[in-house]
Amino acid sequence: MRNVERLCLAHFWVAFAAFLVACILGTWQMWVRSPWGAHVGTPGQYFMSVTAHGVAMAYVLTTFFIMGFGYFVAVTALQRPLPGKIWAWGAFWMAIIGVVMVLITVLTGQASVLFTFYPPLTASPWFYIGLVLVVAGSWVWCVLMIVAMREWKRDNPGKPVPLAMFATVANAVMWLWTTVGVAVELVFQVIPASLGLVQTIDAGLARTLFSWTLHAIVYFWLIPAYIAFYTIIPRAAGGRLYSDTMGRVTFILFLVYSLPVGMHHLMMDPQHGNGWKFIQMLLTAFVSVPTLLTIFTITASLEIAGRLRGGRGVFGWIAKLPWDRPAVLATGLGFVMLGFGGFGGLINMGYGMNAMVHNTSWVTAHFHLIFGGSVVIMYFAIAYEIWPRLTGREHASLGPLRLQLWLWFIGMMVMTVPWHWLGLQGQWRRVANFNYADPIIAGWGPWVLVSLVGGFVLLASALLFVRNLAILHRSPLPVAPRPLYALAVHPPHRVPAALNGFGLWNVLVLVLMLLAYGYPIAQFVIEPSPAAMVHRVH
Amino acid sequence: MTDQPVEIHERRILGTELLWAFGVGVLIAATLSVIVFTALTRQINPPSNVERIDPKTLHLSGEFAEHNLGTTVGPDGRVTVRAIATQFMFVPRCIAVPLGRPVTLRFASPDVIHGLLITGTNVNTMVVPGFVSQVHTEFTRGESLLMPCHEYCGLGHSEMWATVQVMRDDQFKPGPDGRVSCAQR
Ligand SMILES: [Cu+2]
Repeated sequence: MRNVERLCLAHFWVAFAAFLVACILGTWQMWVRSPWGAHVGTPGQYFMSVTAHGVAMAYVLTTFFIMGFGYFVAVTALQRPLPGKIWAWGAFWMAIIGVVMVLITVLTGQASVLFTFYPPLTASPWFYIGLVLVVAGSWVWCVLMIVAMREWKRDNPGKPVPLAMFATVANAVMWLWTTVGVAVELVFQVIPASLGLVQTIDAGLARTLFSWTLHAIVYFWLIPAYIAFYTIIPRAAGGRLYSDTMGRVTFILFLVYSLPVGMHHLMMDPQHGNGWKFIQMLLTAFVSVPTLLTIFTITASLEIAGRLRGGRGVFGWIAKLPWDRPAVLATGLGFVMLGFGGFGGLINMGYGMNAMVHNTSWVTAHFHLIFGGSVVIMYFAIAYEIWPRLTGREHASLGPLRLQLWLWFIGMMVMTVPWHWLGLQGQWRRVANFNYADPIIAGWGPWVLVSLVGGFVLLASALLFVRNLAILHRSPLPVAPRPLYALAVHPPHRVPAALNGFGLWNVLVLVLMLLAYGYPIAQFVIEPSPAAMVHRVH
Repeated sequence: MTDQPVEIHERRILGTELLWAFGVGVLIAATLSVIVFTALTRQINPPSNVERIDPKTLHLSGEFAEHNLGTTVGPDGRVTVRAIATQFMFVPRCIAVPLGRPVTLRFASPDVIHGLLITGTNVNTMVVPGFVSQVHTEFTRGESLLMPCHEYCGLGHSEMWATVQVMRDDQFKPGPDGRVSCAQR
């Protein structure tokens, strides 16, 4: 087991180191854009910083955290050794090499294309090859997760796969599906262009392929938070999971519906007709289903815990919940942020309303609230729950943990509420500095400063988080044994094959992808759009 | 505990969940109906005319040649604005539009991906090389508005913006060739 713990900790520490650096860069960027930052930094430094912030948060933090958590779940939920440990370490080092390549190209100014890299603007080929290595590392992880589940099923015929592992494999399968889009874009379009093998690129096709990956990637980041909601939080609150079946349905819906919706990111693009945008908008509405189901099931699970602790009446159980436990506190705060962020998402989804907010600070606010808020706060909660098991040591005091979670919540709200407002005023995204002498922009100044304060609070929280984990390694308290995963109110003895594997659902994903993306991608082959000249930034 | 109460309890849990799932379905159906209704009855649609144009020869001839850029009032009174989004400016830098009349805006890019919005209006579109982006709108307030590039297009992206001058009827006077430029101030 020791070796698996070292494997998990290695992944987590890479993830959180990237996270800390990204928080520092993010705060600096907010300062540069504020009325106080008029002469701080050059646009070159700003866009280098934005690229590094995005890559560190979106690719390094998430991928390494998810891989580490997956290995942890495979070993603890299935209670058998991890298959292919050598492969896991190989994937880790391959991804590390990828990260180093990305880091060097970004820091030398050869990759200031932001983490979404929209061609024909192209960076150094090493930037993209590094990203491909990170993704390839995660593919090895996907295969290991599928193999681990298959071996367990072989040894336990007819038994339901533990929910935590079922969900982890759902994420792995979804990730294999969704990375195909960006992999095709990189391998067949962007890398040949950045190497100089081709001089032109079909920008419309590249954006379409990226959109294939673009929405489901957010669900890849989000699913660990939902795994915690279903399998860790009910136990941490002292209750039980209301329904195991709902958990399985939720993760299957994530697999099926997060893929054929990416074109809602292209709602304002000229290369797709209204009909296709309309179909994908309709499908987008369904991605809210798993979240709404989760809110019900987890609230019901928490209600069980609250009532077991003596809560009465319709809402009395809420006050009785053990809010002093970091995992419970994080869930409460995470739900609040998910609520606000989800409302913003409905506006983004609105087929016509999107014009109001597309590429404004509203969008930045929305995804910082959803990902940086509700997802990352659950990453914190997961880390706080499982770190004692990885190190064999107990937190000496929960006070600093709670303080850190509250700071993150307050910082995120103070930062994103002004951004929503500024977005509605038309403040656009991805700008190195604003000309506050302009009368329209001058009015934004105070709001930008408020959001900057939120940024400083977030930075303080990030520093406290890393400190809380680091001191645990030297804590004198040995860990007390306790169960990690919640029991369901009615633990399943047998589940239908459809709720215990993904064969059927893969067929459904294929059908939906053909329906949603078949023609939109085929049109670039049937009637190729005029290609654009490649523009290299290096 | 015998088996029977367990089964009843399990069924009750399933019942509450199905009820909730039904509520979720109704909520989503209601949201979608509003969107579909406004799309059909009020023509609230994203800009999507899928019109191809070669970015490499954009400026040489045709619609987006330099002498065609800017605001034109056609013989039928229709107002069309043509502009190019290029690293790192819009051509022209100032766009004249009439107050309270339908306007068609058409944009194209000869180089990389840009995007634009006009503050305080519903004008918002990406400008992808290879395609013409077209937006129909009507300006309802007479003032000077900002039209920034909102998609990262290179290190000079932050400096890329144009102004939109919304003119009342007495100011919006097309010349003999049907063209209108911004008032010099
Ligand atoms: Cu631009």
